Amino acid sequence: MTTENNSIIRVEHLYKLYGMNKEAAREMLNRGAGKDEILKKTGVTVAINDVSFEVERGKIFVLIGLSGSGKSTVVRCLNRLCRPSSGDIFFEGINIRELKKKELLEFRRSKISMVFQSFGIMSHRDVLGNVAYGLEVRGLKKAEREERSMEMIKMVGLEGWERKSIDNLSGGMKQRVGIARALANDPDVLLMDEPFSALDPLVRRDMQFELLTIQEQLNKTVVFITHDINEAFKLGNTVAIMHDGGIIQIDTPEGMASNPANDYVENFINGADKTQVYTVKHIMQRPGCLIRSKDGVINALKQMREQGISSAYVVGEKMEFRGVLTLDKALRVKAGEIVFLDAIENDVPTTTAETQISELLPFAAEARVPIAVVDDKFRLCGIVSKAAIIASMV
Amino acid sequence: MPDWITRFPKSLSINIKDPIDKAIDHMVVNWSPFFDVLKTGLRAFLNLIGFLVNLVPWWLLIIAVFALTLRMTRKRHKAVLYSLMLLFIGAIGLWDLMYQTLTIVIASVFISLLIGFPTGILISYGRRADAIVRPILDTMQTMPSFVYLIPAVMLLGLGNVPAVIATTIYAIPPIVRMTSLGIRQVDREVVEAATAFGSTRFQALVKVQIPQALPTIMSGVNQTIMMAIAMVVTCSMIGASGLGSEVVTGINRLESGRGVAAGAAIVILAIIIDRLTQSIFKKDGEAS
Repeated sequence: MTTENNSIIRVEHLYKLYGMNKEAAREMLNRGAGKDEILKKTGVTVAINDVSFEVERGKIFVLIGLSGSGKSTVVRCLNRLCRPSSGDIFFEGINIRELKKKELLEFRRSKISMVFQSFGIMSHRDVLGNVAYGLEVRGLKKAEREERSMEMIKMVGLEGWERKSIDNLSGGMKQRVGIARALANDPDVLLMDEPFSALDPLVRRDMQFELLTIQEQLNKTVVFITHDINEAFKLGNTVAIMHDGGIIQIDTPEGMASNPANDYVENFINGADKTQVYTVKHIMQRPGCLIRSKDGVINALKQMREQGISSAYVVGEKMEFRGVLTLDKALRVKAGEIVFLDAIENDVPTTTAETQISELLPFAAEARVPIAVVDDKFRLCGIVSKAAIIASMV
Repeated sequence: MPDWITRFPKSLSINIKDPIDKAIDHMVVNWSPFFDVLKTGLRAFLNLIGFLVNLVPWWLLIIAVFALTLRMTRKRHKAVLYSLMLLFIGAIGLWDLMYQTLTIVIASVFISLLIGFPTGILISYGRRADAIVRPILDTMQTMPSFVYLIPAVMLLGLGNVPAVIATTIYAIPPIVRMTSLGIRQVDREVVEAATAFGSTRFQALVKVQIPQALPTIMSGVNQTIMMAIAMVVTCSMIGASGLGSEVVTGINRLESGRGVAAGAAIVILAIIIDRLTQSIFKKDGEAS
C-alpha cells in the first residue's frame, strides 16, 4: 500500500501513566473513567491516553492542545526522552520501544533530533559549539563537524555569529541556533516542542516562514507542537488536536476547519480567526475630529486643518450621531454653494460596540470613511478605521 | 507526686559513651596497620606539598599575588594592597609559619575536592544517595569541630597528619553540596537536549552538566578553602604547626601580642585567598 510506504512514524495505542498504582488506573481507563476521577482514586496521572497516529515522510505533522494535554509527552516518547507505559512506536518499521541502549543512542544521533521551547542552548558554548554538539557526541572529527555546522549556521542566517557567545543572541537567534543544531545531524525527523512560543509575534512569523522554507529545501519530516491554532493551520499538512491526553481529531487544516469533530475542536478553531472573537469595542478609536451640528462650518474646517483629517463626525447636543462632513463639502458650504445641514452625509455605515469584527468586513471594504460606532440611543461612541480592522486580523 | 514526672527517670538512661570509647580503643588496637598506612601516606603527601610550597621564595609569592590580582581585578590599588599585606606577614616574622599553614590548607583542600566532587555528582543523580549523604553532611557541619579532634588524635597521634584529616572532614561539605546543587540546577531542557542528541550519560555530564554547573561548583570550592583555613587554626590544639600554633602559644603564655600578630596574619591570608579565588571564578562565570 502506498500510504504504508509513505509513513515514517506510526504510533499505536500509546499510554503514559505517572504514579504507583498503574494497574488500578489501567482498569479504570478500560471502564472509561475520566482523567480527574482516576487521579483522585488512584493517584495516577494519565499523561497519554490511547494515542495512535501516523506521520507521513516529508510532511509537517502538528500536535495541538492546551498545556497539560499531553502533547509534549507524546513527542518525548518519540525519541524516548520519556518511556511509554504501553503501546508501540514504529520508526520506519522498527519498534523504538525495543531499542537497546546503544541502538537508542545511534537512533538519537542520526535519525531524530529535537528543538526545544526555551531553546535548550548550552550557554557555556558559543554558537558553533552548540550547533556542532550532536556531531561531537557522535564522534566526528573537529574539522568535519565544524564544516557541516557552518553550513547549517548559514542556512538559518547566522553567518558571522558562529564565534559569538550565546548571551549576545536575541530569542529568535537562539532558536535559530536550536534549529541549526537539530539540522546538523541530518536527521530524518525533526521534533519541535513549541519552538516559537517564547518568541514575540513578529519574530514568530519570520521563523514560521523560515521553517517552511527550510522544510521545502531539505524535505525533512517535522513533528511540531503548538498551542496556537493559527500556527498549526499555517504549518501543518496534518493537524492532530489533543485534549486530556487523548487525540480528538486528526485531519488536514481544511478538513478540520470545515468538519470539526466536536464542540471542543470547534471552539479551538474559532480561536483561529480573531475577527470572530474580537468585537468592535476592542478596536474602536475616538474620532479625530468631532464637531457639534451648531458649531458651523468655519469651526469644522479649522478642526480638520489642525488634525490633518479630511472628514469630521457631526453630533447633536447629546452626542447623537448626525453624519459625516467631508472636506470638499465643507469648502462648498464656505463658498456658499450649499447649506451646512445639507452638506452632512448621513448615509454613513454605523455599527454597535458588540458587533463581531467579521460582520464588519463587507462594509469595511466599501466604506470611504471610518465606520461610526453608536449605542442604542444612536449616540456616537467611537469610530473603526479600515486600518484597525486589518490590524485585528493578523 | 512520683519522682519520674518532674525529673527524667534514671531507668530510661542508656550509656553510649562507654561503647564509643570501647569502639575507638578497639580501632586503635586492631586497626593500627590500616592507620599506619594512612599516616605514612598522608605524611608523604604533606611533605610533597610542603616541598612544593617551599620552592616558592618569599619575593616570588609577593610578585605572583601582585600580578594575579592585577590580571584578575584590573585594579592597581588592590594589587598593591595585597602585596603590602603579604609583606607585612613577613615583616612580623611569621612567613615560615604561614607557609606551614598553607601546606596543610592545600593538602586538605586537595583531598576534600578529590572526595567531595565525585560525591556531589553521585548524590545529584540519585535520591537515595542524597538521602544517605545529606544527614552525614549536616552532622559534619554542625558537630563542634573539637569533637572529632579527640578520635583523630587517638587514631593518628598528634601533629599535622590528624590535622589534615580533621580539616578535610570539616571542609568537605560545601564542595559536595554545591556540586550537587549546581548539577541539579542545570536547565532541564539543556540536559534533555544533551540526551536527545544522543549523548551517553558520561558525555552529558562532562560536556554539559558540569560546565553549566561550574559557577556554583566554584563557589563551593571557595567555601571549602575558607573553611579549611579556619579549621587549620583550630587544629593547632592537636599539634598542627603553623600560624595557629602561635595563637595557642600566645594563649598559654598570656602573650597578647603574639596571639594578635598571628591572628592578623591568618586574617590576611584568608582575605587574599578568598578575593583571588572569587575573582577567578567570577571570570569563569562571565566567560560561560
